[in-house]
Amino acid sequence: MTDQEKGERIREIVAAYPADQRHALAALQDMQHAFNFIPEEGLVELAKHLGCPQAQLYSMATFYKALSLTPKGEYIVKICNGTACHLRGSMNLATSLKSELGIDPGQTTEDGLFSVELVNCLGSCALAPVMVVNDTYHNRLRVEQVPGIIDSYRQGGASDE
Amino acid sequence: MNSANTTATTDRILVCCGTGCIANGALEVAEAIEQQIAEQGSSATVQLKVCRTGCSGECEAGPVVRFMPRDLMYYRVRPKDAQAIVASLEGAPVEKLMHKVDGKAVEHMADNPFYALQHKIVLANVGVIDPLSLDEYRAAGGYEGLARALKMTPEQIIDEVDKSGLRGKGGAGFPTGRKWRTAAGYDVFPKYIVCNGDEGDPGAFMDGSTMEGCPHAVLEGMAIGALAIGAEEGILYIRDEYALARDHIQHAIDDAYAAGILGESVMGSGHRLDLSIVRGGGAFVCGESTALMASIEGRVGEPRAKYIRSVQRGLFDHPTVLNNVETLASIPAILRDGGSAYAQIGTDSSKGTKVFAMVGKVKHTGLVEVPMGTTLRTLVYDIGGGIIGDRPFKAIQTGGPSGGCIPESLLDLPVDFDTLTEYGAMMGSGGMIVMDDCSCMVEVARYYVDFLCEESCGKCTPCREGLRQMRSILTDICEGRGKPGDIELLERIGHTMEDASLCALGKTAPNPVLSTIRFFREEYEAHISNKECPAGVCAALTQFAIEADACTGCGMCTKACPAGAISGDRKEAHMIDPAKCIACGSCREACRFGAVLTTRRTA
Repeated sequence: MTDQEKGERIREIVAAYPADQRHALAALQDMQHAFNFIPEEGLVELAKHLGCPQAQLYSMATFYKALSLTPKGEYIVKICNGTACHLRGSMNLATSLKSELGIDPGQTTEDGLFSVELVNCLGSCALAPVMVVNDTYHNRLRVEQVPGIIDSYRQGGASDE
Repeated sequence: MNSANTTATTDRILVCCGTGCIANGALEVAEAIEQQIAEQGSSATVQLKVCRTGCSGECEAGPVVRFMPRDLMYYRVRPKDAQAIVASLEGAPVEKLMHKVDGKAVEHMADNPFYALQHKIVLANVGVIDPLSLDEYRAAGGYEGLARALKMTPEQIIDEVDKSGLRGKGGAGFPTGRKWRTAAGYDVFPKYIVCNGDEGDPGAFMDGSTMEGCPHAVLEGMAIGALAIGAEEGILYIRDEYALARDHIQHAIDDAYAAGILGESVMGSGHRLDLSIVRGGGAFVCGESTALMASIEGRVGEPRAKYIRSVQRGLFDHPTVLNNVETLASIPAILRDGGSAYAQIGTDSSKGTKVFAMVGKVKHTGLVEVPMGTTLRTLVYDIGGGIIGDRPFKAIQTGGPSGGCIPESLLDLPVDFDTLTEYGAMMGSGGMIVMDDCSCMVEVARYYVDFLCEESCGKCTPCREGLRQMRSILTDICEGRGKPGDIELLERIGHTMEDASLCALGKTAPNPVLSTIRFFREEYEAHISNKECPAGVCAALTQFAIEADACTGCGMCTKACPAGAISGDRKEAHMIDPAKCIACGSCREACRFGAVLTTRRTA
């Protein structure tokens, strides 16, 4: 996406909402969805539109977990660490991902392919432990299955390029 | 609703498409069945409808498929089973997909003990009707409650809710009628009704499943509440992670507008009501009333001190009623069938039913709705089928991060708003996590404190700093650095937080720690004085070994071990190399012969 396209997309998102503070979170979520993070220009543009200080939007972007100020990887690997998953060994999955990808939860691989996140309950407790890659669920996952799953995305990622 | 059925034994095939079953491949199953009907369909006597329903409850045995009205249930269905299933429409049922009781396959839902002991009001239509169909909801008696309410005065509506004895099911148990009456009493307009769908407790998915499975019930409850208090705008605050629930609610809102149930004139009554969704931002604290309202207003979700209650000055400083999803979904039945009918169910002080999400180390995990006052033993053993692998029961965690751990000695107490509280535990919002002897209570306490550390908004000191100090003490205990006096220090910090925190998150945050100390103090002491984790969970204190006599040499543990620490020939006893072992416990999970033992780490 060129800078110009990015700028246009941001203005489109912002213009979809009336200039009222109550729409700030929704506009930020739309940007997160469109870019996988919230670009600085987005905060500036939205602050202008709502007539509020940029700092106020910055505080929201850092407070809410669904929002991120840094770009995320192409594949977002979410390990559910809800109680049921935790009891059934979700932290072992995190350890296995670390040895596979070399990153801790909250980080993104250098090639920009994977981000690992530890998330609170995904509501699929009966299938614990659960790992979700983008929108695909991997249920009742065992540690030894992790390398194979990551490999399949690596290959999928390669063929997309 | 199937009374119109004539000769056919099946005219609807229900495929559970709740979050759990979709994750398990339910959409593919529904497609495969539809395709099979198209191929084999010439022999079918009636027009078959494959209906994608909400959660039918037994998530662990999903995807679940049910023939109606014949009431034949299939469990753990795979797309490749579609052919046999469609063939069984007019033939013998497919035995291998049926539930077994004492080795005998049973056909009906009521024959499965998981369902037999339940009493469904909130979930009555969840898993039975198509959540995206307004017509099906109406055919099942939907919006009759609202129609009745429109013929009543606000006063009469509130009286009816009062009579039902309904209390807020988000965990606090505040009488709903009283909350509505207070809000109705203020003559400041506009007023708001807000639905709290920010179900953030890890291990709980009751509200998500209700919104997914029967979104109109939530909207109807809100519409009745709006009439009672005089609100013309309502907002549903739905958790960011619940994409499917949001889609279904939005779909239902659109349909309700199109049918004239919402908008300028609610069902032609002249009352105005607009409903909309606000998507949460992924912050647990936003389940707290004032933080939730701050979030809707487009600010950071921090709570405020509640000198003035939000029923008086809430959203945009106007009178606001905030109700939980399950509470609102109970309202339509109360207005339709009368408050006294609802009050017949439950105990003296807690009326009606409660939905629980029962997960963890229990055989049948899923969503259950039972009358208030049902005992935990009934829930875990009769409905849940007992502990996985018939291991000993250790504790049940209720109420999520604000809740407590209940030991075996309290299993026969009735579950309602008040009884468990008297014993230092609580019912909570409905998350129930069953733990066996392989769960370490100190580690569980640390898990919750860790969660809350991340989720504390940081506004007030007792919560922010108290949690961090508790986390560091609990981590020390789990990793073998516990000192005498740590337990007492945890208790002191906990009580200070209870007294001095600003909002309910901070006030209840010490509960997981205080309740585990109360009921499992000896486990803390074992960690501190013996440097031993009796459950064999805390890696720094535990080592694993295989008991040669019990080992059959099946090799399951070798396959499961992520560290390559287990060796041994087939059919010979295996060995764990302590130098390579990371004490993750995968081998113990994998072993079906109880041959993996844990001992105190010596090296």
